[in-house]
Amino acid sequence: MPRKTMIEAIRDAMDVMMERDDNVVVFGEDVGFFGGVFRCTHGLQAKYGKTRCFDAPISEGGIVGAAIGMAAYGLKPCVEIQFADYVYPAYDQIVSEAARLRYRSNGGFTAPIVIRMPAGGGIFGGQTHSQSPEALFTHVSGLKVVVPSNPHDAKGLLISSIEDPDPVIFLEPKRLYNGPFDGHHDRPVTPWSKHELGEVPDGHYTVPLGKAIKRREGKQLTVLAYGTMVYVAEAAAEETGIDAEIIDLRTLLPLDLETIVESVTKTGRCVIVHEATLTSGFGAELAALVQQHCFYNLEAPVARVTGWDTPYPHAQEWDYFPGPARVGRAFLETLEG
Amino acid sequence: MPDNSSGEFGPLSLHVPEPAVRPGGEPDFSNVNIPEAGSVRRPPVDANPEEIRDLAFSIIRVLNRDGEAVGPWAGELTDEQLVEGLRHMMTLRTFDARMQIAQRQGKTSFYMQHLGEEAVSCAFRKALSPGDMNFPTYRQAGLLIADDYPMVEMMCQIYSNEKDPLKGRQLPIMYSSKEHGFFSISGNLATQYIQAVGWAMASAIKNDTKIAAGWIGDGSTAESDFHAALVFASTYKAPVVLNIVNNQWAISTFQGIARGGAGTFAARGLGFGMPALRVDGNDYLAVFAVAKWAIERARRNLGPTVVEYVTYRAGAHSTSDDPSAYRPKTESDAWPLGDPVMRLKNHLIGRGVWSEERHTQAEAEILDTVITAQKEAESFGTLHAGGKPSARDMFEGVYEEMPPHLRRQRQQAGV
Repeated sequence: MPRKTMIEAIRDAMDVMMERDDNVVVFGEDVGFFGGVFRCTHGLQAKYGKTRCFDAPISEGGIVGAAIGMAAYGLKPCVEIQFADYVYPAYDQIVSEAARLRYRSNGGFTAPIVIRMPAGGGIFGGQTHSQSPEALFTHVSGLKVVVPSNPHDAKGLLISSIEDPDPVIFLEPKRLYNGPFDGHHDRPVTPWSKHELGEVPDGHYTVPLGKAIKRREGKQLTVLAYGTMVYVAEAAAEETGIDAEIIDLRTLLPLDLETIVESVTKTGRCVIVHEATLTSGFGAELAALVQQHCFYNLEAPVARVTGWDTPYPHAQEWDYFPGPARVGRAFLETLEG
Repeated sequence: MPDNSSGEFGPLSLHVPEPAVRPGGEPDFSNVNIPEAGSVRRPPVDANPEEIRDLAFSIIRVLNRDGEAVGPWAGELTDEQLVEGLRHMMTLRTFDARMQIAQRQGKTSFYMQHLGEEAVSCAFRKALSPGDMNFPTYRQAGLLIADDYPMVEMMCQIYSNEKDPLKGRQLPIMYSSKEHGFFSISGNLATQYIQAVGWAMASAIKNDTKIAAGWIGDGSTAESDFHAALVFASTYKAPVVLNIVNNQWAISTFQGIARGGAGTFAARGLGFGMPALRVDGNDYLAVFAVAKWAIERARRNLGPTVVEYVTYRAGAHSTSDDPSAYRPKTESDAWPLGDPVMRLKNHLIGRGVWSEERHTQAEAEILDTVITAQKEAESFGTLHAGGKPSARDMFEGVYEEMPPHLRRQRQQAGV
């Protein structure tokens, strides 16, 4: 099976869907002729023409607002926000419009759009190229929120998202674009070509939304993670020797509660890891759900390892990013607790 | 306080615009420059926007002081169409009056009237073709009335009753009807303006022949989505008509706070190279003629047009508003463009196809029709009495398929 980077897998998903469905259109800043600042749309304009893949003015509200109008007409726009850090001008369109259109019109109009955006840190991106704003979207009724962690899932989840009848926020951990990253910034990164999850089938396939997957079977504690943190958790398990069960959530909304509850019920312990800031982050929702559904099985308090409650700094990148050492300490504390 | 002693200039001061008159003062519209009816030229629909920039600073008018249709924008409508237009405006006004009372009676929580602005949406609707899509604000119900959308359904929506087509989820007057080319209204201002452009782009992408119309008020032009819509419409030459209804007021804020008076609202389109027309919004004939021009331009793939309708919000902003707190009570009487219903009525009488008697008779008929519809709607319930949407409906339609967490919550709610 061919191995691809996450960038190639994402591009492949759009290629497959543009080929299959004339209503799929792709646009955003620099996505047309140039093929995107991360190359995710490279070649699509040449293949499908300027009216299927095109450059947009620098207006995030405009991009999402236009996409909603197109979707109301009957198209399936898959648009790009250059960095998740720049999605805020489009927040009104996402929250007040895309998320609510089906509900407020009683199904008269719908917004089957996908909003792709590179997210996450670990790249010396500083304050406005590193954020993880997923909790701002998981709090919004009517949205779906997806975060892939590898090329195979990225393609399958993106195809599912484009085919989905509801608006999907598709957060792409840019740190994982070219290879998995476990937080060991001092070691060379291995490319996806050396990793089995870089195996991406040709053609159409889907990874279902709302389904988590176990990345590592374990007995001692359950780790809930997504995006880059899946690899950090794997490294922490290896380095501490703790038999952690690592669940890659993949879709945050709707959430695969069943897989989570089944695992925590078995292990009796739970550590939640995400890059985003702690307070009111998605981890708080996960902790509340675990506490509610697994109360009588819990042997220790649910732990959260996350970014600090600060803006994402530049020079202090590795003091901020929750790396394997911090995650490993939380594993040990949770086992002792 | 900063030290200003070293500067060669005096201290700076902030400019905050004020309307010419406040409550207790004499209404004064002497600053509103109104050209004579018939005096503004009519360019071909394929005119180069560069060559018609003056139209953004004038006002296209057809009906003169004597109620005659004059000039190059006249002659678009037959007697029958004009009588129908008058009836639509009268119906909207009657509908408004009845719903205003219904709100005061506690049958609904909220209502917004169109008083004085009836010509804008009623005439525009008649210039569109089936399949075209409006992206209206909350003050364009004339688009529905003039398209014969059932009044009972509008009222059921207002009453949030068991026949409410939106299942009680939406605030009154936030209608939605795909079949009638009326996009779902949102409470968030200006959002629909850029969506209209996107819809029009989609029609062009699919090589369709349908066009879109975006709607916005003078106050909301200050929202960023207004600017996004203008740049997208212009960049992609989208088949869209970008309507700005300048009724002088955004709740209590006069249009100067949105920087009206600096050029015109229509002129905002000029910076994007779009043709921009200004029209007498209380002149049914002028509204129709300009709408037809802009719609034809869009349909011929010649691109977008910005149209500013100069009108006056004669009523309160909403049932929650009292305009006497911020503007003279008699200001609407002083409005130099008059009343759209009276002006069309006088024109039709002058044309010999209408009379005071017929008008009085039509008023009675329309009132009867509206009351009949109201009775029917009320038989399905009002906000606090009678039939209502089921609580189960509250959980439906958030997504196409209900996800597990909503199923759990519905169960928890016991519905």
